[in-house]
Amino acid sequence: MKKLWAASPLTYLALTLAVLLSITPFYFMFVVATRKLEVINAVPPPFTPGGDFGDNFQRVLDNEHAAFIYGLINSVVVSSIITLSVVFFSSLAGFAFAKLRFRGQNALLLIIIATMMIPTQLGIIPLYDMMVNFFHLDGTLPAVILPFLVTGLGVFMMRQYASSAISDELIEAARVDGCTTFRIYWSVVLPALRPAMGVLGLLTFMEQWNSFLWPYAILNADTPTVQVSLALLSQAYYTDYAQVFSATAVATLPLLIVFALFGRQIIGGIMEGAVKA
Amino acid sequence: MFSRWDIKYSPYLYVAPFFVLFGVFGLYPLLMTAYMSLTDWNLIGDRSFVGLENYSALLVDEYFWNAVRNTFAIFLIATVPQMFLALFLATLLNRPLRARTFWRMLIFVPNVTSLAAVAVVFGVFFRRDFGIVNYFIGLVGIDPISWRTEQWPSWIALATMIDWRWTGYNTLIFLAAMQAIPKDLYESAALDGAGRWRQFLSITLPGLRPTLFFVVIISTIGGWQLFTEPLIFNGGGGAILGGARREFQTVAMYMYEKAFDNLQFGYGSAVAFALFALIVIFSVLNYLLVRRSVRN
Repeated sequence: MKKLWAASPLTYLALTLAVLLSITPFYFMFVVATRKLEVINAVPPPFTPGGDFGDNFQRVLDNEHAAFIYGLINSVVVSSIITLSVVFFSSLAGFAFAKLRFRGQNALLLIIIATMMIPTQLGIIPLYDMMVNFFHLDGTLPAVILPFLVTGLGVFMMRQYASSAISDELIEAARVDGCTTFRIYWSVVLPALRPAMGVLGLLTFMEQWNSFLWPYAILNADTPTVQVSLALLSQAYYTDYAQVFSATAVATLPLLIVFALFGRQIIGGIMEGAVKA
Repeated sequence: MFSRWDIKYSPYLYVAPFFVLFGVFGLYPLLMTAYMSLTDWNLIGDRSFVGLENYSALLVDEYFWNAVRNTFAIFLIATVPQMFLALFLATLLNRPLRARTFWRMLIFVPNVTSLAAVAVVFGVFFRRDFGIVNYFIGLVGIDPISWRTEQWPSWIALATMIDWRWTGYNTLIFLAAMQAIPKDLYESAALDGAGRWRQFLSITLPGLRPTLFFVVIISTIGGWQLFTEPLIFNGGGGAILGGARREFQTVAMYMYEKAFDNLQFGYGSAVAFALFALIVIFSVLNYLLVRRSVRN
């Protein structure tokens, strides 16, 4: 019998086409970033990278409107702190929901799932008010970090993983040995959750790296995050494409490297999450 | 004594950080938005309570409805083709392929990029002069299109950016759901003489139902909040207007303009809360739409 779902050459052709569409914008970005400004108007555009990246990026560094390096450092700091915090608090809460018994836990878990559907971005006006008039943190990194220290998605992901990856017997055995709950979390649960924590960490980092509306509202132009810096750069110097592209390439490269190293895990995490949710 | 407390009450301590942080930075601002939308306030002076005045102004605010129309159009132009394309790519990836992970990664990679970079690069693709898109449509005899200054073209350009970034992500979500469908369903359907298309309609699509709900709702929530791409696509000064005549200003951009550029925090809050209502309404509508069109 002919296999109905076999992959024909046509399948590979269609996928190749899709992949070309996927990577062309990246490739084009790196070509323009490494060539002189004039090539941007060439038809057809050049296909190979050039040797002018240094010159182009020097103009970014000299640019006083965008504070790009500052933005890059700020984004590394913000994304790292948020990632550590999300992974820690989510694994703690996920463990409690999966492996501990307490009154009202089902209702609390339902609330957490419901929060995943709430577009909290729409609260930025009172949030701005709070940061300016109550915490006096406007223009500072804590204002960008504080609202995102834990997410409902993270708690839910950790809860799902802990339910299946950690046996109740293991927890019981640790209890019999006299472990406190926190000790159980630290020495039994944390090591077992490591793969899921890795995926959650990567996804959180990438999401925070791309965060825009809130940093754009609360930060000043001289202390931006990398996306805000790119936006300012592209607004002020949108005709100097070589300069803007060299900056976007530098801002994209870390993500691509992380993806090249951990893409398999990231994809696995997204697909697993989809089936369970 | 400690161990009793530890077992009974310490779990609350572990879940507390989420509820405290969400309460302060998520729920409270959202509720405050509702309250602030009933006031007139410029951040420093007194808040004066004005009742539903902001909303009655909103109802006849031409710029607000323009933003609603733009956002909805971009959402529609982006989402409909994206769903079909993602479903199609997922069926391809669901076949026994060589180098599975390689294909999956490269289909997904647009999702892994700096958001601002997407808007900048596509902004160059969609230039009126020397833009690659106009070059290609020129080959088939179409006159150059001014993508940034006309309504439909700007919507299409923005929808293209969104689809480039999100089609791969949704493909993987669909693929995951397809792989959860038992293979023997297909085998027995094939024995009954059902072809590929028949199998897709009566096995795959019903099996994807919960996932379709998930994807459509997530796309609705994300689509209505569109902000960064149109802001950067505009370039130059006055970016928050979304084009010289607000051709592609979204509701989130209008909220930002009112609150942070015009310092009308009360009115901005009314825009935010109206946007919240729109998201809820359209999530429910889309849920019903999927429920009607895909049978169990």
